[in-house]
Amino acid sequence: MKTYTGATLLRTLLERQGIHTIAGIPGGAILPFYDALHGSRIRHVLARHEQGAGFIAQGMARVTGHAAVCVATSGPGATNLLTAIADARLDSVPLVAITGQVPQPLIGTDAFQEVDTYGLTLPITKHNFLVRSAAELLEVVPLAFQLAESGRPGPVLIDVPKDVLNARIDVAGLPERGHRTSVAWCPDEPIEQLATLLVGCERPVLYLGGGVIGAGAAELARTLAQRLNAPVVATLMALGAMEHDDPLFMGMLGMHGGKGTNLLLQEADLVLAVGARFDDRATGKVAEFCPRAMIAHIDIDRAEIGKIKTTALGLQGDAADILRRLVAQLPDAPARPAWRRRAMDLKVKHPLHCPAPAHHPLHPLNVIRELGRQLPEDAIVTTDVGQHQMWVAQAYPFRQPRTLLTSGGLGTMGFGLPAAIGAALAAPDRRVVCVSGDGSILMNVQELATLAELQLPVAIVLFNNSNLGLVRQQQELFYGGRYEASRFAHAPDFAAVARAFGLRGVRLDREGDPLAQLAAALAERGPCLIDVPIDDQANVYPMVPPGAANLQTITAPELELATAHE
Amino acid sequence: MAPALEPSHGHAAKAVLELRVRNHPGTMSHITGLFARRAFNLEAIACAPVGDGATSAMLLLVANEPRLEQVVRQLERLYDVLSVRPRSDLTPEFFTRWIHDGGER
Ligand SMILES: Cc1ncc(C[n+]2csc(CCOP(=O)(O)OP(=O)(O)O)c2C)c(N)n1
Repeated sequence: MKTYTGATLLRTLLERQGIHTIAGIPGGAILPFYDALHGSRIRHVLARHEQGAGFIAQGMARVTGHAAVCVATSGPGATNLLTAIADARLDSVPLVAITGQVPQPLIGTDAFQEVDTYGLTLPITKHNFLVRSAAELLEVVPLAFQLAESGRPGPVLIDVPKDVLNARIDVAGLPERGHRTSVAWCPDEPIEQLATLLVGCERPVLYLGGGVIGAGAAELARTLAQRLNAPVVATLMALGAMEHDDPLFMGMLGMHGGKGTNLLLQEADLVLAVGARFDDRATGKVAEFCPRAMIAHIDIDRAEIGKIKTTALGLQGDAADILRRLVAQLPDAPARPAWRRRAMDLKVKHPLHCPAPAHHPLHPLNVIRELGRQLPEDAIVTTDVGQHQMWVAQAYPFRQPRTLLTSGGLGTMGFGLPAAIGAALAAPDRRVVCVSGDGSILMNVQELATLAELQLPVAIVLFNNSNLGLVRQQQELFYGGRYEASRFAHAPDFAAVARAFGLRGVRLDREGDPLAQLAAALAERGPCLIDVPIDDQANVYPMVPPGAANLQTITAPELELATAHE
Repeated sequence: MAPALEPSHGHAAKAVLELRVRNHPGTMSHITGLFARRAFNLEAIACAPVGDGATSAMLLLVANEPRLEQVVRQLERLYDVLSVRPRSDLTPEFFTRWIHDGGER
């Protein structure tokens, strides 16, 4: 029998869970837990805003695939975490968020810093708990980790009233740590049916989503593509599953996907979606997505199968397990020379348009490609949200799963910097780069202080266009050029901001050789911010207008003209 | 696996679902929240504890439209929901019998 307080029990259960780093900010209701952390082997990273703590934890979780922990106090601490929790839900990231709550006798009295965290997080968590006694922690903590990591991963919240943290409890034995439970096993029959469909069809396409990476099935997806001689398209969340220059890889589909990629899907007669959820940014107008194709869908979450598009064959289960068994079933694949040639033709005919680096070194795509040249293959790239995010998706040479960390579902500006800090904490030997915009960086700029304190090898590459660029682009294309609230009339000196926080700050000079300056800045050790002045009119092309079919691509006007005159 | 969603007897537009759920204060919020979030109308609820009270049985009266299948799958995804099955033997009247139609009082 050992005596704990709720707080020391919570700490002990986290330690037993194998958690070694957590991110958070203390405050009244959660203070007993912080007191219990004193002297613990758990390292606490003090963020400067709870949203930062949430995204630091997400960065750790996205790199490792294991649940990571963030902590906040009641009231404003909890509400500040909400965006990071909602973000984790939409991108299926395993997260355990722990919040302090006012003592139980005060719940419901509008006490100081009381907010209904349980109610607020109902629709944005996979599951949530309001803990009512210290004894409940014994069950709730392992269960929270089990739920966060099992099946389709997601965020779980544990709200702990202060009196529960302070309560004394005698514990005879500690519970097993919570771990991932196995997924419902997919029977053989649908796998056999899928194999028959895949062998029998003429124009198959593999449509990979983030679930492929979540399931650790990237390698198997590559094998399947080769076996079938089937071209592969990826969502934003699946970038890295295939090597960017694999001859079968057609790149990202959807709103900012390649025109050839979207055209290919129009011609496919069978589309096999793996761990993808037919998000509107990927499908465009659903009625016109893959109009000639029969859809087969492998997903861990049965609710995703048939949610958006009628599916001829749905297979629920672990993508790695299903793909392994599928590949084992497949006879030597049909060669499909015509279909492969068609895919290759579309790829060659619709390249990403980009001026030569010598003429326009600071064209965003050239900067991204230079980053790709300078960084090692296993470097982790985080992004914020906007044009820069799409340029990264289009042009960065991803080669490995979990090397792109980006807010895909919620599209949260402010994700990039704290996620990069989390990534660097989880992968201490790797290079981490956060590609951001001058709008997004300010949404969690306070985390520069956290970064300076931790001295992690994170470089922030800031695409500075003095605009909320993606908003400006939409206003140009769809709102008659009425630029309401998208231009920044005043711009901070970002390199100086970084220096003020204690980081190296560099601004590339258009007049010199900016790409060489970029390489030099990246070569130096330690964290830094590199301010890259880009053209404030540059747009992301191709673009499918929101709500339109993926065929209705808008391509770069001036480049269109140039090719028309050739 | 998916329960066959036959219309409730004689009421093609309505379906009755029976849920087994964990019995604790947040369960009802999880379920009603899901319906609100997916903009799916929940017309009536009846709920009572079963056995020692660790679980409850819940009956839901819902519109029987094509999206119902999706809502059932979403319900099955909730941790507190242990099972979902259709009760085609029950009619919507089951939910209204107790109302005294006495008009103004
Ligand atoms: C928190 C949040 N608020 C608003 C938006 C809407 N939004 C999407 S992109 C964008 C502009 C982003 O600007 P910036 O970070 O400078 O990137 P750029 O598009 O210029 O590369 C905005 C405001 C969002 N995605 N997230």
